Amino acid sequence: MRIHLTVWRQAGPNVGGAFHAYTAENVSPDMSFLEMLDVVNEQLIKKGEEPIAFDSDCREGICGTCGFMISGIPHGSQPHTTVCQLHMRKFNDGDSFTLEPWRAKAFPVLKDLVVDRSAFDRIIQAGGYTSVNTGGAKDANNILIGKDIADAAMDSAECIGCGACVAACKNASAALFTSAKITHLSLLPQGQVERTTRVLNMVERMDTEGFGSCSNEGECEAVCPKGISLKNIATMNKEFWKAVLQS
Amino acid sequence: MALDSKIPSGPLADKWDSHKFASKLVNPANRRKHTVIIVGTGLAGASAASSLGELGYNVLSFCIQDSPRRAHSIAAQGGINAAKNYQNDGDSVYRLFYDTIKGGDYRAREANVYRLAQSSVNIIDQCVAQGVPFAREYGGHLDNRSFGGAQVSRTFYARGQTGQQLLLGAYQSMQRQVAKGSVKQFAQREMLDLVLINGQARGIIVRNLVTGQMERYVADAVCLATGGYGTVYYLSTNAVGSNVTAAWRAHKRGAYFANPCFTQIHPTCIPVSGEHQSKLTLMSESLRNDGRVWVPKNNGDKRNPADIPESERDYYLERKYPSFGNLVPRDVASRNAKQVCDDGRGVGESGLAVYLDFKDAIQRLGHDVVAGRYGNLFEMYEKIAGEDPYKSPMRMYPAIHYTMGGLWVDYNLMSNVQGLHVLGEANFSDHGANRLGASALMQGLADGYFVIPYTLAHYIAGTKVEKVTTDHDAFKEAEDNVQQRINKLLAVKGSKTPRALHRELGQIMWDNVGMARTDASLKDALVKIPKLREEFWHNVSVPGDQNSLSKNLEYAGRVADYLEFAELLALDALTRTESCGGHFREESQTPDGEAQRDDDNFTHVSAWEFQGVGQKPNLHKEPLVFEEVHPSQRSYK
Repeated sequence: MRIHLTVWRQAGPNVGGAFHAYTAENVSPDMSFLEMLDVVNEQLIKKGEEPIAFDSDCREGICGTCGFMISGIPHGSQPHTTVCQLHMRKFNDGDSFTLEPWRAKAFPVLKDLVVDRSAFDRIIQAGGYTSVNTGGAKDANNILIGKDIADAAMDSAECIGCGACVAACKNASAALFTSAKITHLSLLPQGQVERTTRVLNMVERMDTEGFGSCSNEGECEAVCPKGISLKNIATMNKEFWKAVLQS
Repeated sequence: MALDSKIPSGPLADKWDSHKFASKLVNPANRRKHTVIIVGTGLAGASAASSLGELGYNVLSFCIQDSPRRAHSIAAQGGINAAKNYQNDGDSVYRLFYDTIKGGDYRAREANVYRLAQSSVNIIDQCVAQGVPFAREYGGHLDNRSFGGAQVSRTFYARGQTGQQLLLGAYQSMQRQVAKGSVKQFAQREMLDLVLINGQARGIIVRNLVTGQMERYVADAVCLATGGYGTVYYLSTNAVGSNVTAAWRAHKRGAYFANPCFTQIHPTCIPVSGEHQSKLTLMSESLRNDGRVWVPKNNGDKRNPADIPESERDYYLERKYPSFGNLVPRDVASRNAKQVCDDGRGVGESGLAVYLDFKDAIQRLGHDVVAGRYGNLFEMYEKIAGEDPYKSPMRMYPAIHYTMGGLWVDYNLMSNVQGLHVLGEANFSDHGANRLGASALMQGLADGYFVIPYTLAHYIAGTKVEKVTTDHDAFKEAEDNVQQRINKLLAVKGSKTPRALHRELGQIMWDNVGMARTDASLKDALVKIPKLREEFWHNVSVPGDQNSLSKNLEYAGRVADYLEFAELLALDALTRTESCGGHFREESQTPDGEAQRDDDNFTHVSAWEFQGVGQKPNLHKEPLVFEEVHPSQRSYK
């Protein structure tokens, strides 16, 4: 297969960027999208040019490192798939794609397709945990959790923090990411003690980091590689207003 | 230097408790005056950072990823072992200890493994308290499954994402300490040298991977939790960023590297599809609980699997190992897959695959139950291989997955370099020659949550360190050393990419130092590796400069280190003429083809001391003493 690419190239955080055209030749249908980019980069390196910078690590869809826009859609058009798991057999010879980094004020571009997502760490620092020190935890089976509750908590906890939800949102809102952690912990008995302060602090942090508001478009859910549900945001809003009234 | 493992005296079951009591303590008010560097934020690094931060130490945490949450522990699928005996099926701390020692083919330290088994029960309690959503029974109790060659159900799991959930638990605890200020987090920093002052590990040189600038950090002690070296084989189940660089640079500063030839090949991975392939994807071995492994009985039978009748299938694991069947340990399952493929009975286009079939499980349990247990794995397989496992059997082949070898550490997890501690997969101590399934998560968290908080305190309380800053000459020398190497990489301006050279190295390693090793194949590797290293330094291409984000420069540096390290791995494999666990020397096998240990000559840890690139390293042997378990021929028949 031959694939045509238009790629955003930007040398550093504080400089302008531009689109450049590349062609990937001899693309095998068994390649992942990133492996196709590896091949493009190999050719660039051989020519003495700087390869396209993109992030990736586990290449099995769980670390959340990879991600960029493929023709306007985060991680590309295949549902529930990170770009490392997107395979070229889903495309046709001669297809063209435009690759861009996540675009969001809270995710400044570092280089080409790589952005700074440390704002997500800071949202977690604001309360995305249970305050339990190592040692002295009671026997695990002393905390009974119904299977349905545990499963629902797991549904939320599956978020890989890739940032696709922010990139898809016209407001660059981090509501899906933040709400997934809030929902995970608010469902479990272990998360009850800090339930009120957690939601208030995490929502506040989300705002100060420069993420926009949620206006319920549902774009985030549609592109989420882990299928994190929009219901998490409803839960977060409910938790938030409850907390506001309580405090 | 004589290796002192510092194993406490006394009965096995009391060693850790008495050692903890005998260890020195650091007064809570004084802890913040002590700085600890922790490199790596996987299960071992993140759990150590959070625990030490909670205790009040001033912790500096480093990782190469853009967030600590992305460390490769996140990819572990199957589960974590713990001797809880919740299932009333005969498990105990002693049995977990025994299984781990036996599974490691009697090449691990008894005392370390016993402590690991003891800590396992606390890990589950800790993780549940953090809110890790482990699988539950309908009554609300924790669910367990049997995993990877264990005859009890002691594995706790969170769907197929146990590593992710445990890592997020540790990461969240660490973020709580970051918010409190006791842990300072430095993401996108790569450790490129260890700084020694008066023989003590006192700091590190890192490259800021975003700006390209060198940075110096000083501390009272350094902990490496930088993972394994599986990517020396190029294709492995490890993340593409996983590397040996931090451990190797510490080795070059004097830390001994122990048992590098102990590598684990995971039996169930998606087979290679072409040269473009950048990594191999593991399919959790929990699949072997219900899936049946088979190949056609006849050589070269290329029929569609559905067209091969039962009578012409060879369920070779069930046939050869009736009591363990498809659940034999990883090394045994991998070797058998290789054997049937070498016999010409492999399946798929390349002939390098075996079937893992769920047809019987779907008939017995129904589609929904199978989907509940393995749904996400089936989905993953379909994405990568383009086939639906509900309809046709999966094709599987072994791949490099984990490395049991690592930097040598004593019972306190301290290397032979004073103050340099090594945690998790980066050290060598607990898995011997073969790691059992669901034990890596256990070890990473045991080291970080429950071992290092005690042993590091003992070191800090009992050691005088000179008051120094990063202006000390040793920091300048180390930074210059790092800078020179980078300059050298950029100056080559050759025509081969780091990836192409890495792929060549991987091929040498897989062919010669892979699942089956011989005297001739290892000697061949020891000729080819230095040649490739020579080529690398004459022909590698690293365009661009060092003063910005450059993935290619990072990668080139890691490949350069692998080209040095690979030689040590091959040499260790050549020197250890016995077979044990994942290290299979064809010259040393039982009449029916199982690994044959040579206890008289090899009941020891091989710890190698660096003597210069291309120079033969010095071998130090730490004898392994078995007071509790009598080494026997492993049998899973």
